[in-house]
Amino acid sequence: MSAHGTGTPTPGSTVGSPPAASSLPQTGRRSASPPTPIGRPGPAAAGVEGPGRGSPGHGRPGGPGHGRPGTTVAAAALVALLLLPFLPLVLTSLSRGYFHPQILPETWSLRAWRLVLAPGAGTWVALRDSLMVAAGVTLVSLVVAVPAGRVLGTRAFRGRRVVEVVVLLPVLVPGIAVAIGLHVTFLRLGLAGTLPGVVLVHLVPATPYVVLLSAGVFANADLGLEDQARTLGANRRQVAWSVTRPLVAPGLAVAALFGFLVSWGQYATTLVVGGGRVVTLPILLFASAAGGDTAVTAATALVHALPAVGLLVVTARILGRDVPTLGGAR
Amino acid sequence: MSAPLLVQQARRWSRDDTVRTWAGLAPALAVVGVLFGGAVWSALSRSLGVGAIGTAGPSLAAYRRLFADPEFWPSVALTAHVAVTSTLLSVVLGVGAALLLRRVRVGRQSLTTLFQFNLPIPHVIGAVAILLLLGQSGFVSRLTTSVGWTAAPADFPALLYDPYAVGVIVQYVWKEVPFVGIVALAILRAAGDDLEVAAATLGASAWQRFRFVTLPVLLPGVLSTAIIVFAFAFGTFEVPLLLGASYPAVLPVLVHQRYTDVDLASRPEAMALAVVVTAIVVVVVLVGVALARRAVRRAGA
Repeated sequence: MSAHGTGTPTPGSTVGSPPAASSLPQTGRRSASPPTPIGRPGPAAAGVEGPGRGSPGHGRPGGPGHGRPGTTVAAAALVALLLLPFLPLVLTSLSRGYFHPQILPETWSLRAWRLVLAPGAGTWVALRDSLMVAAGVTLVSLVVAVPAGRVLGTRAFRGRRVVEVVVLLPVLVPGIAVAIGLHVTFLRLGLAGTLPGVVLVHLVPATPYVVLLSAGVFANADLGLEDQARTLGANRRQVAWSVTRPLVAPGLAVAALFGFLVSWGQYATTLVVGGGRVVTLPILLFASAAGGDTAVTAATALVHALPAVGLLVVTARILGRDVPTLGGAR
Repeated sequence: MSAPLLVQQARRWSRDDTVRTWAGLAPALAVVGVLFGGAVWSALSRSLGVGAIGTAGPSLAAYRRLFADPEFWPSVALTAHVAVTSTLLSVVLGVGAALLLRRVRVGRQSLTTLFQFNLPIPHVIGAVAILLLLGQSGFVSRLTTSVGWTAAPADFPALLYDPYAVGVIVQYVWKEVPFVGIVALAILRAAGDDLEVAAATLGASAWQRFRFVTLPVLLPGVLSTAIIVFAFAFGTFEVPLLLGASYPAVLPVLVHQRYTDVDLASRPEAMALAVVVTAIVVVVVLVGVALARRAVRRAGA
């Protein structure tokens, strides 16, 4: 899934480090961690002792080449535990009459998938609404957030800390509070129950993400090249297209994907402002979970999850090395 | 003659600079100001009865009604419990996971990629998955039956819809451990391991290296992350709606219940509740940010 095994030094969190107010400009300084060594632990290292939980072992602590086999097993167990909830989801979606105490379904069936993917099923309408809203949110949030990201990523100015907190707050204040505050006004403006209204309310949590992620992108880009190009006689458009764009495009693509994903996962804001007339995938999924066919619910959940998983793959590709840092999209 | 000219030029430049700074910030600040600020303003004014038909000027009636609501204080206590417990567990387990993952030798990159699989998964999906996993006839219950620990679904502990919101907390921790872990990994990677090596060379024990070297490096970033995790665990609506008890409900669910109450008189109370919830988050964030900045200064000193 990730482009691994290159053995290149890894970037610190390139984008998507914590959108932490206090660490904006510092996000993602390049680090000089040693390259990943090739080869496996020798027999002497195997089975000496299990890893002390959370404590570095003897010798060089933290060096990537100094884990013991027990560490790998423990880490694999941890990852398996985190992935465990997806197992019943997949099994349930592929079953019929899957009751306690069956662990694997006695009857495998594609019934739920056929229902969910049938032409004319609610899934398609929800998918369309989700995609349209998320695309709108991505576009608008990019346009408004990237200039702010450039300022926050590259400039020191008076009032900067206040701006950082102001930008961060809309992500942190509960969406339901924002939603009911906007809903009354949107009713009056005719925006309640419409796709544009839902786009607007999603912008509240999405814009801060894109601002903070693009700030990280600009902080890491070598924008001194712009001055060099200018000195060499390039005009504004040439600089923007031939110098700035290639420097920041991959990072901004990741920021855009995050804007998309924030919108993709919104439930409370869509429920209130959409008022039942805008049925995105989370709304459809919740309605199904609250009183529907379990197998259909599971299949709907997986349909909803797929683009998110796709994001992981795409981000890994775009960043092109080691770990994409998906700083907490919600 | 030339000196004042230079000064003038410098002033013009710095003025241009300020203009450029704020021009760049303006669109984003406008969106945040109009939509977020507008939402908060609207909730505040309506909670005070301003703009409602048949009311005479601002009044605190909605707040009095809210504080007298028998569900309000239990809801505050439950929400605080859920948010604090989820944050503490996520931070401790997330940092532990980061310390573990960075020492993995075989397949570290694949494991780290899989480790963050949950991050982009929307909360509703996580909630449905936990429902199928931890319900009394869920997957884990089937496993305990198959090994003979439980005979029937009713023997399995009620982890969902329970007074301690175990299912809700499990969902948050499941979702946030990778978040904290990835942030911690990024910090550790950026810091490198020179200091730990030096400490080890000087004879520091594993615990001393963690306490006096690794922890101070992690603290500022992890604190900022903890603020974010707290805010999410405090404010997420769909997870407790699906996995939590119906009474008392957590604050975000209570906001929605009061807002959609058939009794329209509950609406100002819902607005007052939205204001209270916002105020709590703002205070926690400001205190947290101040603490994180102090930690940064200390770490830098």
